[in-house]
Amino acid sequence: MHEMSLAESALDVIKDASGKQGFKRVKTVWLEIGKLSCVEKDAMRFCFDAVIKDSLAEGAKLEIVETEGQGRCTQCGNEMQIATLYEACSKCGSFGLQVIAGDAMRVKELEVE
Amino acid sequence: MCMTCGCGTSEVLIRGKQARKAAGADTPLHFRPHTAEVPGQDNEAKRIVKLEQDILAKNDGFADNNRRLFSANRILALNLVSSPGSGKTSILVRTLQTLKDDMPLAVIEGDQQTDNDAERIRATGVEAMQINTGKGCHLDAQMVERAVQQMTLPQHGMLFIENVGNLVCPAAFDLGEAAKVVVLSVTEGEDKPLKYPDMFRAAKLMLLNKCDLLPYLAFDVARAEEYARRVNPGIRIIRISATSGEGMPEWLDWLAVQHQAAA
Repeated sequence: MHEMSLAESALDVIKDASGKQGFKRVKTVWLEIGKLSCVEKDAMRFCFDAVIKDSLAEGAKLEIVETEGQGRCTQCGNEMQIATLYEACSKCGSFGLQVIAGDAMRVKELEVE
Repeated sequence: MCMTCGCGTSEVLIRGKQARKAAGADTPLHFRPHTAEVPGQDNEAKRIVKLEQDILAKNDGFADNNRRLFSANRILALNLVSSPGSGKTSILVRTLQTLKDDMPLAVIEGDQQTDNDAERIRATGVEAMQINTGKGCHLDAQMVERAVQQMTLPQHGMLFIENVGNLVCPAAFDLGEAAKVVVLSVTEGEDKPLKYPDMFRAAKLMLLNKCDLLPYLAFDVARAEEYARRVNPGIRIIRISATSGEGMPEWLDWLAVQHQAAA
């Protein structure tokens, strides 16, 4: 359940930002989770709710923004949407697509007060 | 249990020697900060703060520090990952026995509980630091930093970090290693690279272990290797047996090339 560590890391990012940006309370957190990242959305929700207790983000709403996976074929250069890491190129059939989007895990923005 | 607040959610122990029984000897290292925030009572207008920050940025910062330390000391650091029972420790024991007279070696062992694996390593005469992650399912870069601070660095040698047996969680956490080495054993399913693609994609080398058992199994080696290359076309694959020694020369050659690059 690495989502627990990731949720703790997300909270660390928020805490760091609170000092730099001068806010004391977080109402909403937008997380960008790529469909090719190693995060299970429901597990992340569960863990996030657990780690924000007694923090400046206690009770904050979690909005998960999912991004689609994008791959580029290393053989023919074709770019396509992909759902897994082991898809074949839709044009030439080669494996080994380079992931160009959809593997990120980011704290995008916060609604604070 | 955490010595600071008594909470039990993060029970990480780092032990450099045999398990000690003295009180306080196993003081857990707590990886969660204990600052208590009280929600503000002000009525400031709501506002949106844009961050766009990688969730793993903090781990990656510690990993960069580790990598710099390894590089400054000319150490080849490798992160061994696999499911439980694939034979990581057996491969390591055999490897250490072969290399220990040639260069400084050290091992960091990651397990949820016990220092049984570190004991197996220490029996070879090589220093081993055991990290017990408690409920944690993977090592992170900060745990490795803490362990490294307590050990003798194998300057101009090799540091093997044996991760918690788990094909999922350790994939995301950079420890500062030069490469991840994934071990798959032939007593597992040959479709594991497809089932757990993140790990096979993150690895530079796959060791296919327990090959001495192939005559007794229906394991399809070619298919397993093809699946691994679907996920990661650049992955190097070595068939090995920690028991019979098959494939050990090839693995040692690979290590020598990586060591050369780190030195």
